[in-house]
Amino acid sequence: MNVDNHTISLLVKNKPDVLARISGLLSAKGFNIENISANVTMNPDITKITMVAKGDTATIVKIEKEMKKLIDVVDVLRVKSKIAIQREMALVRVKIDRKTRDDVIKSLDPLQCRVLDESSDRLVLEMTGETAEIDQALVSLEALGMEDMSRSGVVVL
Amino acid sequence: MELNGAQILVRTLMEEGVDTIFGYPGGSVLDIYDQLFQSPIRHILARHEQGVTHAADGYARASGKTGVCIVTSGPGATNTITGITTAFMDSIPMVILTGQVPTQFIGTDAFQEADIIGITRPCTKHNFLVRRVDELARTIREAFYIASSGRPGPVLVDLPKDVMQARMEYQDVPAKRQARKEPVFLPDTADLEQTVAMLKEAKNPVILVGGGVLRGRASEELREFVRKVKMPVASTLMGLGSFPADDPLWLGMVGMHGMYYANMAVSNCDLLVTLGVRFSDRVTGKLSTFAPRAKIIQVDVDATSINKNVLVHLPIVSDCKSALVQLNTMLGNNGLEDLRESRRHWLDQIEKWRVEGALTYTRGELIKPQMVIETLNRLTGGNAIIATEVGQNQMWTAQFYRFNEPNTFLTSGGLGTMGYGFPAAIGAQVAFPDRLVVDIAGDGSIQMNIQELATAVKHNLPVKIVILNNGYLGMVRQWQELFYEKRYSHTNISGQVPDFVKLAEAYGALGLRTADPDEVESVLKKGIEASGPVIMDFLVEPEEKVYPMVNPGAALTEMQLGRETGL
Repeated sequence: MNVDNHTISLLVKNKPDVLARISGLLSAKGFNIENISANVTMNPDITKITMVAKGDTATIVKIEKEMKKLIDVVDVLRVKSKIAIQREMALVRVKIDRKTRDDVIKSLDPLQCRVLDESSDRLVLEMTGETAEIDQALVSLEALGMEDMSRSGVVVL
Repeated sequence: MELNGAQILVRTLMEEGVDTIFGYPGGSVLDIYDQLFQSPIRHILARHEQGVTHAADGYARASGKTGVCIVTSGPGATNTITGITTAFMDSIPMVILTGQVPTQFIGTDAFQEADIIGITRPCTKHNFLVRRVDELARTIREAFYIASSGRPGPVLVDLPKDVMQARMEYQDVPAKRQARKEPVFLPDTADLEQTVAMLKEAKNPVILVGGGVLRGRASEELREFVRKVKMPVASTLMGLGSFPADDPLWLGMVGMHGMYYANMAVSNCDLLVTLGVRFSDRVTGKLSTFAPRAKIIQVDVDATSINKNVLVHLPIVSDCKSALVQLNTMLGNNGLEDLRESRRHWLDQIEKWRVEGALTYTRGELIKPQMVIETLNRLTGGNAIIATEVGQNQMWTAQFYRFNEPNTFLTSGGLGTMGYGFPAAIGAQVAFPDRLVVDIAGDGSIQMNIQELATAVKHNLPVKIVILNNGYLGMVRQWQELFYEKRYSHTNISGQVPDFVKLAEAYGALGLRTADPDEVESVLKKGIEASGPVIMDFLVEPEEKVYPMVNPGAALTEMQLGRETGL
């Protein structure tokens, strides 16, 4: 069976308990979500929720059908990775010294990356990229002295 | 005109055509009860909120209308959970109105506060908390629409007390339908053409019907379809009544306690057309051996039911009625008349199975429970409305009562709720005051909502309760006998049940009892003819088991028949 990450985008009514309905249904049906992000769209009554689920195609189809059944879910879109732009963001704090600082910066070259805060022994970085790129950057940063990080869910357009 | 929330609520209910509500009052719904007191809506006061919900459910199943309940906040609301989940599992349209503490107290652990929206999210089709009086009328209309459309289900509306008291200028506008979700699913013509082609090609076809035929009001269309295609019809527990049991093409119930010949037919068919069936584990047995030779066409209004447990060859997302109406048109007046000969062999084979595995039981000195139901069936011509509890009483009823009309069998199929039958029978009797309504119960399950006898007596609802009293929690005892080496852990309740005759009398009902097989008919007759509610207590063979039985996890063809046969 081909178990992959699939990105599903939901357009939902912007109501207080809509996220509870979605997460409750996912857990009731035994589906696990890898990451999730949500924010309001250009239409203030509609929120876009993007989630990444791991599973074979049959599982993903089941999730989509269950989501479509929810009254407050307006639309369900499967994101085709080849067409859509998908990004996630990470904030990372790295311990540095004079020698390693340049290695850290260099390792991030391929990524959209900004230094948010810097002192003689700490760097705080913001990076965005596709999931695999962030994964890769985090691996190299771990080796170079990553202290902490925070990672968002995927957003798509 | 200026109205308060409670007045708007009652008006909107009447606009929705509600003439009957089942309920139980309390502090948070005082304003609503004050308005109900002055309204023409009939209110049936039950004796427990679980009884309220099952009664509304029975009313809905028997009448096809949406059942409506009202209960207070906190414990009133939490007591409805079993009833709501029962309705949810069986796709019954219900609107449950719960009182709630005033909005400013929500979240403060106020007296009789419960987060009923959070609690019922997984067991309702949808739920609403009404925070402002100007949202009230629209929300109620929405609730009724959602409850009854598509795959029906219970919808809960939580009504804070201050919203019921709040006043607003209310304009009596005709119920304007909002732009709503729930698109109507109409079958794809190409899929239906393929269906017809597959029907023509099949040598050994079977139709399997489920609750979706009844919920989708498609019994008439089903009958016409079967007349055209001349295919044998099996049913799930939930589909009983959608096709007449007296028809020669009727195979009866499939599944764990299904008919031998129905299970054999499904297991050997080359085409299985399922209508409103969700392939529950009690229906399929071991999934990998379910209908192994069949191409399966599945018609269901709920896309999530398709390919959920069983992978099908041709899925058709449609309500059963729309699909059958179109199929009937495509099949024309002559249907598949010319195929009768090529199917002769299949129908003969089914006939052989029918004889080999005929439903039977042995008579003895004690009353056999099956005999009670067989006699009831004979006396009523299969035309009573029958509710059941859950367990052996339910399975024997499904096997031995021959349902001919839709919406005459009220049973908790999905959740399997003991204590369902009696209040459901009360609800059905409210919908049909002049029809015979019988609850078939065990001595265990009847005690789970026995307090509703007061409801039946008070409202003069002549429900007949048939207790198959075997002194055991019978179905659990059966499993202990078969799978737990006869260790009857806490299932022997003989000597621990009340005297049901005296109990009936204490509530002001009639109580009858017999242990004599020769008196079964006369007791049933006397009970049926009595003008009010009756308990008929039949002391039956304690260790009688339900057969056929497919052991859990076994294939449908691996049936225990519970008797010596050459099979």
